[in-house]
Amino acid sequence: MLDLIWLIPLIPLTGVLINGFFGRRMPLKTVGVIACATVLIAFLLSVGAVVQLAGSEPNPDGLRIHELSLGDWMPLDAVSVPWEFSLDPLGSVLLLVVTGVGFLIHVYSIGYMAHEKDYARFFTYLNLFMGMMLTLVLAGNMMVMFVGWEGVGLCSYLLIGFYYDKPFDLRTGLTCADAGRKAFITNRIGDFAFLIGVLYLAINFGTLTFSEISERVAHAGPGAHGLLVGVGILLFLGACGKSAQIPLYVWLPDAMAGPTPVSALIHAATMVTAGVYMVARMSALYAQAPEAMAVIAAVGALTAIFAAIMGTAATDIKKVLAYSTVSQLGYMFAACGVGAYVAGIFHLMTHAFFKALLFLGAGSVIHGMNGEQDIRKMGGLKKKMPRTYWTFLVATLAIAGIPGLAGFFSKDEILWGAWSSGNKIVWLTLAAAAGVTAFYMFRLVYLTFWGTFRGGDEAESKVHESNSLMTVPLMVLAVLAAVGGWIGIPKLLTFGKDINLFHHWLAPAISLPHGDGHGVEASHSAGLEFGLMAVAVGIAVFGILLALHVYKSSTLPQKIADTLGPVYKLVRNLFWVDELYKFAILKPFYAACRGFRWVDIHVVDGLVNGTRNATLGLSYISNLHDRIVVDGLVNLTGWVTTWLHRMLSRVQTGMIQTYLSVMLLGVFILIAYYTLAG
Amino acid sequence: MTEVSLPLFLVFAAVGVFGAVMMVTRTQPVHSALYLVLTLFSVAAIYVLLHAEFLAVVQILVYAGGIMVLFLFVIFLVRPPVPGEARWHGGRHVLLSAGLAVILACALGWHFLESAPAAAGNPSALLEGGNMEQVSMTLFRYYILPFETVSILLLVSMIGAIALARKGEGV
Amino acid sequence: MLTPTHVMIFSLVLFGVGVFGVLTRRNIIIVLMSLELILNAANLNFVAFSWAHPSIHGQVFALFVICVAAGEVAVGLAILITLFRNRNSVNIDEFHLMKG
Repeated sequence: MLDLIWLIPLIPLTGVLINGFFGRRMPLKTVGVIACATVLIAFLLSVGAVVQLAGSEPNPDGLRIHELSLGDWMPLDAVSVPWEFSLDPLGSVLLLVVTGVGFLIHVYSIGYMAHEKDYARFFTYLNLFMGMMLTLVLAGNMMVMFVGWEGVGLCSYLLIGFYYDKPFDLRTGLTCADAGRKAFITNRIGDFAFLIGVLYLAINFGTLTFSEISERVAHAGPGAHGLLVGVGILLFLGACGKSAQIPLYVWLPDAMAGPTPVSALIHAATMVTAGVYMVARMSALYAQAPEAMAVIAAVGALTAIFAAIMGTAATDIKKVLAYSTVSQLGYMFAACGVGAYVAGIFHLMTHAFFKALLFLGAGSVIHGMNGEQDIRKMGGLKKKMPRTYWTFLVATLAIAGIPGLAGFFSKDEILWGAWSSGNKIVWLTLAAAAGVTAFYMFRLVYLTFWGTFRGGDEAESKVHESNSLMTVPLMVLAVLAAVGGWIGIPKLLTFGKDINLFHHWLAPAISLPHGDGHGVEASHSAGLEFGLMAVAVGIAVFGILLALHVYKSSTLPQKIADTLGPVYKLVRNLFWVDELYKFAILKPFYAACRGFRWVDIHVVDGLVNGTRNATLGLSYISNLHDRIVVDGLVNLTGWVTTWLHRMLSRVQTGMIQTYLSVMLLGVFILIAYYTLAG
Repeated sequence: MTEVSLPLFLVFAAVGVFGAVMMVTRTQPVHSALYLVLTLFSVAAIYVLLHAEFLAVVQILVYAGGIMVLFLFVIFLVRPPVPGEARWHGGRHVLLSAGLAVILACALGWHFLESAPAAAGNPSALLEGGNMEQVSMTLFRYYILPFETVSILLLVSMIGAIALARKGEGV
Repeated sequence: MLTPTHVMIFSLVLFGVGVFGVLTRRNIIIVLMSLELILNAANLNFVAFSWAHPSIHGQVFALFVICVAAGEVAVGLAILITLFRNRNSVNIDEFHLMKG
């Protein structure tokens, strides 16, 4: 089974071929079943592969890894790039999350997309995404990973722009197609940095295979330190683009223009976590570049708090979740930055569960509300959509960090990692962000499910619960969001028994600074950890209570907004980041364009026109030369020929005997010549 | 007849020249043809004098018997010249042509007479075993390829003549 | 005593008369006959030299000339008949299609 891991990305791609070419002519049901079946097969294969990997013998470093090469791709002199695939504990987590959550979302999509006209196109893209994402996860070297990296970017673009003919954001006047372009171009900036980083690695280490990079980087010596920091930051810039971190996060809220299952799959559970995955993959490199790790931690923490604040003012149900995603990704990066990779990946997994659930729940709400996304026009949906409500609530509690649910364990591990590694400011920021998260999530729940319906009687009568194709995946995810964290239960809560399966499974795949790998454990202090945990839970509960208090009253939110005035406006307008980019980047860019246009018109066109005039002048001279000299010669030739013809044609009498006379004269001359000559 | 008599030659030569001149100057082609036959006979006689008996026979058979009969057929086929029709081209042309013929003949004479042997050698080489045998031995020993080539030439000209003269089609 | 020179003079006379006929006569048939005269003059030379040297090869050459003459006459007369059929004339100055 382990030797078949290259099949895992290929199976969804066969679905692409089938649905892409014949989807339009097949019944909707068949299309959906094919799409889901390919993902299910990929999931089962993944499970088999991971089970086998778990049963295999670890290598001397304690790492279970299976690598295979399908042959050369770019056999260059400096660096040879084969088609390599590999599976290790880190990849296995992603593999199961991607295929498992992906399968649930595929099933959900059958119900959600049932009324869309481009059903087959949707599933084609979705399967293509699965294939590309699995390529990314199973890649054995940077280049194969880059194929998946770009492939998921492409799918993201295609799916954000799925409703390409519809407007999306009235405030900025974006259409869905524009949103897709925005995502694509923003990602491009990151991908460019990523590619440069990859090329630096290739040039300096002569390999792109992950295991070899890890080995060579570890023995690089102090001379390579600057290079490693640079490469680390370049790679992290790529991750920033893909995982929507400051400063490249702006595309993710707009990516909500895509269908909701897409938001759940690509823009919450899988693709956006690729950046985190990549950083964890390169942990050996970052272990040699603490400065780059500091940058990651800072950016992650900042993103976590800023995105959370923006989430408190958003009114679109999906945008709230989008900011939440950005914020949670910030958590993951902060975890990686402080060296708590395991916690980061753990959070990646639990986040995939509860955020996919939140998005699917939001999709269910939107579906039930017949397309309405504005939470100000919702309320009291608890009774109308009970299954959606309860699953949504589980996810909300999980993300808020209520003990016992998945989010609590992972978030707590991150916070503890930040504190124990000495990054107190990071801890403080993240703890604050946790409070804000709890606040905006409960604000969302309150405005959506509690209180009274604000969308008018007519709309209220049409609200309905979604069918079981959509709610069953919700329930499965709810179970995962509730209990998924228990595989990573900290030692503290099990009375010293070390049953943190997740940590044991993943730790060998991660390289930490100073090479001890257990620095976090070493400075363990049970009391301190327990205290911090209590503080974090306290902050979360405070956020929840605050949200409940504020939104219980119908006037208080407005009053707070008025009191805060400019601050609220700042948040409401997303810190004017889009506008900042517009003025700082786009305006100068346009100005430069205008400048170039001026240069174009006056200098380039001048040159071109000058050339033209010079050519015209030359042409005129050439024309004269042609007419007088060339034509003169030609006419002279003609005239001479005509004259000769007149003379000679007189000789051609047509009389045989004349010719004969001339011939005989010639004979006479010849005879005379030979006689006289000899 | 190893010794050739000069008077006999002169008589035949005179007859030959007479026939030639008469042939060239007659109005009616049929007369010309008959005078040509006379010339050919006299040439054949001179061949005999020059120990070329076989050639003389061929001359009479092929020329007088074959070619001249062909000429006569053609003469009968085509329209006879209208009496009073010009027999030559313009007078100046005749004079010029006559001059050309004379100087050409003189030039050739000058050229060849210089190299001509003064007297004939022993004619036995031509006559041993009979002239015909000599000719055929030489022909088939040394000239077999030209002989075959000439046979093809004759075949081709025969086909060509038939193709050209066929009625209705052709030119 | 007959010498080759006598024969050659005779052949030159025949040649000259033949050339004169070829160049001046309007009737194509007579022109062709004049050509035969020229060929006979050539043959006479061959035979004369064959007799003078002596060598049988000259006679063989004369034989070839007769063959060629036969072919030439056959084709020439065929052309003449075709011409006559088309133009109803055997006068050479009426055929100057090649006039420039």
